[in-house]
Amino acid sequence: MDAIILQVLNGLDKGSAYALIALGLTLIFGTLGVVNFAHGAIFMIGAFVAVTLNRLLSLSYVTLDPSQKNFLGQPLEVKNAYVVSWFGDSFGNGLINWSVPIAIVVSIPVMLALGFAMERGLIKHFYHRPHADQILVTFGLAIVLQEIIKAFYGANPIPAPAPEAFRGSFDFGVWLGFRPNAIIYPYWRMVYFLFSGIVISGVFAFLRFTTFGMVVRAGMADRETVGLLGINIDRRFTIMFGIAAAVAGVAGVMYAPINSPNYHMGMDFLVLSFVVVVVGGMGSLPGAVLAGFLLGIVESFASMNEIKSIIPGIDQIIIYLIAILILLTRPRGLMGRAGVMED
Amino acid sequence: MSKSILTRRGLLKTGAIAGAGLAMPLVFSKGAAAYTNEPKGGSVTLGFNVPQSGPYADEGGDELRAYKLAVEHLNGGGDGGMLNTFSSKALKGNGILGKKVQFVTGDTQTKSDAARASAKSMIEKDGAIMITGGSSSGVAIATQGLCQDAGVIFMAGLTHSNDTTGKDKKANGFRHFFNAYMSAAALGPVLSSAYGKDRKFYMLTADYTWGWTQAASMKAFLEHEGWTMVKDVRTPLATTDFSSYIAPVLNSGADVLILNHYGGNMVNSLTNAVNFGLRDKTVNGKNFEIVVPLYSRLMAKGAGANVKGILGSTNWHWSLQDAGTKAFVKSFGTKYGFPPSQAAHTVYCQTLLYADACERAGTFNPCGVGEALQGFQFDGLGNGPVLYRAADHQCFKDVLVVRGKENPSSEFDLLEVVQKTPVDKVTYKPDNPFFKGGALGQCNPGA
Repeated sequence: MDAIILQVLNGLDKGSAYALIALGLTLIFGTLGVVNFAHGAIFMIGAFVAVTLNRLLSLSYVTLDPSQKNFLGQPLEVKNAYVVSWFGDSFGNGLINWSVPIAIVVSIPVMLALGFAMERGLIKHFYHRPHADQILVTFGLAIVLQEIIKAFYGANPIPAPAPEAFRGSFDFGVWLGFRPNAIIYPYWRMVYFLFSGIVISGVFAFLRFTTFGMVVRAGMADRETVGLLGINIDRRFTIMFGIAAAVAGVAGVMYAPINSPNYHMGMDFLVLSFVVVVVGGMGSLPGAVLAGFLLGIVESFASMNEIKSIIPGIDQIIIYLIAILILLTRPRGLMGRAGVMED
Repeated sequence: MSKSILTRRGLLKTGAIAGAGLAMPLVFSKGAAAYTNEPKGGSVTLGFNVPQSGPYADEGGDELRAYKLAVEHLNGGGDGGMLNTFSSKALKGNGILGKKVQFVTGDTQTKSDAARASAKSMIEKDGAIMITGGSSSGVAIATQGLCQDAGVIFMAGLTHSNDTTGKDKKANGFRHFFNAYMSAAALGPVLSSAYGKDRKFYMLTADYTWGWTQAASMKAFLEHEGWTMVKDVRTPLATTDFSSYIAPVLNSGADVLILNHYGGNMVNSLTNAVNFGLRDKTVNGKNFEIVVPLYSRLMAKGAGANVKGILGSTNWHWSLQDAGTKAFVKSFGTKYGFPPSQAAHTVYCQTLLYADACERAGTFNPCGVGEALQGFQFDGLGNGPVLYRAADHQCFKDVLVVRGKENPSSEFDLLEVVQKTPVDKVTYKPDNPFFKGGALGQCNPGA
């Protein structure tokens, strides 16, 4: 029983990331009809916003310490963070320590701007082109973005630690009546799961309870009629592209302490997130979220030694097997609507 | 209107003439060169095959810097680096055998097929006389096989699998870097002394040649110390989130986790393990410990504070105080502004060792060069006295056991040397079971 709870918990945080990325993908596909293969790169750039902010807050001036030597035998260059000298030890180091949560605030305008620039600068020119063209151009864009990040930050992962208050893990085992250490779960992953819940709820509430959201939903259902009513639906869809980018961006920021960001991390999530979108049903927002968590948990179960000892390598293919199974039984995915990508 | 009639006899005649014509240049060229890419002019070309893209691009970048520094020193430029401390005095700073050293580079992308393709291109199109590089055992073994067939020397870069000089060894291939067996032999006693005799260990192992040999070696040496293995779990190379592998570790009864991972795998698995709070736990009445058998400073940088206090092994470290290390760190640090990595060190040594062997042999012929390297004993290249063993073309030298530094003074000061394990403690016989299978075979001069 404890092993099952453990894998459900493990699946939740991975599922959170899948759901957040897939939510953005579905938003873009549902509104603009674009299959955006650059969405994983946006997630990656979000993580690098956290890295960049950490570096900016850690910007230092150098003093020479003659009592210590550097690798060339010269006086050691000791770095002193500006924020510490400006705001004092406690507040300055606190800013550096909390750089990842602070990066969420910074990332929202950055990712919105990036999303608008991508949509206006490149993707809008491919609205009336076949999906294959859209995939090629957005995939190319993803490669360009990740190579730019690699040129600036290098190929190796760069740590972006969680605030000290959230390091370590919670012993669910003791809490649930099992023996100590039976079910442990890192605090930051719990934060990530809660955070994704808040973001997903926020997006749904925005679409459900605001006039803007109502127009967007109407446009997703029948773009032409909404246009005939004199509403500039294209402008709203552009804003939705920016919001989708912001969702992926903040998902990346919060993911940075879980795995040190590297330039390739977007690609690692992209393909699986597309499978999530297809399994959930193209254009279905609740479907993307449901499939994200479902596939995250299933993937986590498939990584169990007991299962891999029966079917070696199952953890590598389980998501695709589930996708095949669901598409064979429900060709529109779990919550897909009729008419989406069926013309 | 003319009509062409193709007869069987006519076809045979035409085929024979065409075949003879096509074969003619090969006959002449075969006779003209004694070995593949024999240098004819005033220069000689070396092929540096490193990952310039992909997950090991930073290590490849550092290797390339070291190669360029070695070429500069071989051609008489710079301060000479370890040419000044090398025990062999055959190199004079006038190139190799009087020919100016040039180089071409290839991108392995850390993929065996891409590495073979770029090595092939450097040999066939650029005329490279020697290929060197690689930041993965899979790549090194693939490239070594290609060089054996092509008739050029392969001086391996960062490759740690036992198989490179074990079952996959080749007469044309040589390795300066240490191997998984040596790491385990050095770490076993240190771990036992640091953490006690009665320990239970759990291993996560990268699922490819290096991971397998590292896990097998660790198991043998830790069991020899009285430790018990709870489980060895293979993890796919493409894994980025190791949480589902790490979560069951505490529940397994193990009190030590061995991470047989390298590169991005190591950074992610260690970060995940620390995030799960493993190092704060007490199991079986003992502090839970994590061990990383193969350390790299570049990777330690990626893992950040998570490496503090964690034991592992390394081939070389810039903080060593011997004359060779000091000369190399000064050269490299002055030119590039930061200390070299172990990957940079091993490829710099390999370039100098190849050049020196050519000088001593008086030829670029791979068979002559190989003979000069076999059984060669040298010093002054940063690892103390070293033997290039003839039986398997593996270098034998002291092994460093290192620990993640608790209070680093700079971004480079991440590891501290806790023990230098003497070479005799890590030496094994050529027929050791961990290295069985395969044969060195005969050197191939190609042409």
